[in-house]
Amino acid sequence: MVNIESLEDKARQLRIEIVKMLAKAGSGHTGGSLSAADIVAALYFYKMKHDPKNPQWKDRDRFVLSKGHAAPVLYAALALSGYFDKSLLGSLRKLGSPLQGHPCCKELPGVEVSTGSLGQGLSVACGMAIGLKLESSPARVYCLLGDGEIQEGQVWEAAMTASHYKLDNLCAIIDHNNLQIDGACTEVMNIKPIEAKFIAFGWNVFTIDGHNMQEIVNALDEAEKIKGKPTMILANTVKGKGVSIFEGKVQYHGVAPTLEELEIALKELKDGQN
Amino acid sequence: MGKTECTCLLEDISQFYGKEMATRDAYGIILVELGKKNPDIVVLDADLSCSTKTAKFAKTFPDRFFNMGVSEQDMIGVAAGLALTGKIPFASTFAIFATGRAWEQIRQTVCYSNANVKIVATHGGITVGEDGATHQALEDVALMRVIPGMTVIVPADAYETAQAIATVAEYHGPVYVRLGRAKVPSVMPENYKFQIGKSYIFRVGKDVNIIANGIMVAEALKASEILNKEGIDTGVANFSSVKPLDEEALLNIAKSSKLIVTAEEHSIIGGLGSAVAEFISENNPVALRRIGVRDTFGCSGSSKELLNFYGLTAEQIVQTVRDFFRK
Repeated sequence: MVNIESLEDKARQLRIEIVKMLAKAGSGHTGGSLSAADIVAALYFYKMKHDPKNPQWKDRDRFVLSKGHAAPVLYAALALSGYFDKSLLGSLRKLGSPLQGHPCCKELPGVEVSTGSLGQGLSVACGMAIGLKLESSPARVYCLLGDGEIQEGQVWEAAMTASHYKLDNLCAIIDHNNLQIDGACTEVMNIKPIEAKFIAFGWNVFTIDGHNMQEIVNALDEAEKIKGKPTMILANTVKGKGVSIFEGKVQYHGVAPTLEELEIALKELKDGQN
Repeated sequence: MGKTECTCLLEDISQFYGKEMATRDAYGIILVELGKKNPDIVVLDADLSCSTKTAKFAKTFPDRFFNMGVSEQDMIGVAAGLALTGKIPFASTFAIFATGRAWEQIRQTVCYSNANVKIVATHGGITVGEDGATHQALEDVALMRVIPGMTVIVPADAYETAQAIATVAEYHGPVYVRLGRAKVPSVMPENYKFQIGKSYIFRVGKDVNIIANGIMVAEALKASEILNKEGIDTGVANFSSVKPLDEEALLNIAKSSKLIVTAEEHSIIGGLGSAVAEFISENNPVALRRIGVRDTFGCSGSSKELLNFYGLTAEQIVQTVRDFFRK
């Protein structure tokens, strides 16, 4: 039985770790890490079958963070899952740390593939989904994309591949916060309509509130029941979600909190105002 | 890192010995043989399976063949995903699209993740012929060589190709193998054993040593015959492994040469000639001349015409050596 409140609390913990590690690092991507926290919490602490003690377990579900700049949310989820000690989060972006600015699978157990250059993750997720099908593995593949990222042409090549090969063991999620570095996605390069595009490419699409844990959980559960096609969960989110001073602000795409901002953030997050 | 030398059964490989055959044809045949032995081998192509010869594998193992359509970037990403689930993907298309169109995917996803992907590209070099510059990969070796962790192989004939493909299937890590479209003569001896990172030295010359790979090995051998008759003691080595480079052999060659000539069906910028130049200039400087395509695009023409036009011939090698010793 899913405990929504405990998942919400996990998401809150992820957010606390995100702002702490980013403030310490002094650089990194705050907005897109916070907007994805609820989705990532649902994946790591509810939906995905994985074993932190055995990161290479053959039948584990795979997570591909295509929007690799949201590395802090992944690192926080891995640490809270027990892949490594939480104290390692303090080394984010520091020389010699396995917590690179963008995820590197050679450095850190639990990271399935190195990502950071946008538009490439969905192809890898397709390859994993095909590989798992060849092995008749029950494992599923989850891929988190940014909404600005879908401006890359390769995403649509992969979208074709996923439906062509009927990858119903693949579930992609778009963290649709509608902000990219240069402004609103719809103004930089219009990505709408997203649902209609993926439906036209042969996908099953669910549109949800990406900060409503019950809706996230329901969509992830329903996706497993869809046969013969991949599922896209279009998750409407708010950039910087959980910290009022960051919310909906494009300037926090690639900027870390200052110490003053961290104080405000921790106060809000600990007060449970996310 | 897995095996780096050919341990494949002899009967599979020996059929290629002595055959004048396109390296892509050898690839198509040996891939099927390997597929029978190793169920983890899967093949991807980007709508060119009849040209790259992966169609034979597709016919034999339809469930392990994935046509990605005209989408090289996605093909490389999917290959990486397959590799990360334990498969051994061979991804094939023309050399320029494999390395140019999907370069960043190879760098970021394949090599940075150390994914066990084999990129076997056909139609490398100028001998693609009539299709012209857009389809003639003269930069592919340079593009692959610069990426950390990438192994780069340019086999000389069908026999070496079959051994190289069998070897890289057992080696763990990203590999780029560059093959050609046109038929090439048999040059490697029957007792030859391919090894990643090892060169094959036909003979060490006291005056000149020609370091070649791909189709230029045959031209180098022809050139050495002419030069030896003229009294210029000329040796030939096949450096099919551009990366890792056989530095030990190269050092020995450099020590015994008055002149080294490199010969490759590639731009003289960034390929075998550059690799040799980089090494010898730091370790044992010796006079060097590079035979290859100069800083220019190709053009349409027959393979033979193009090889002559761009100076990728035994005659050009001979003339280059003569010019050096006449100085």
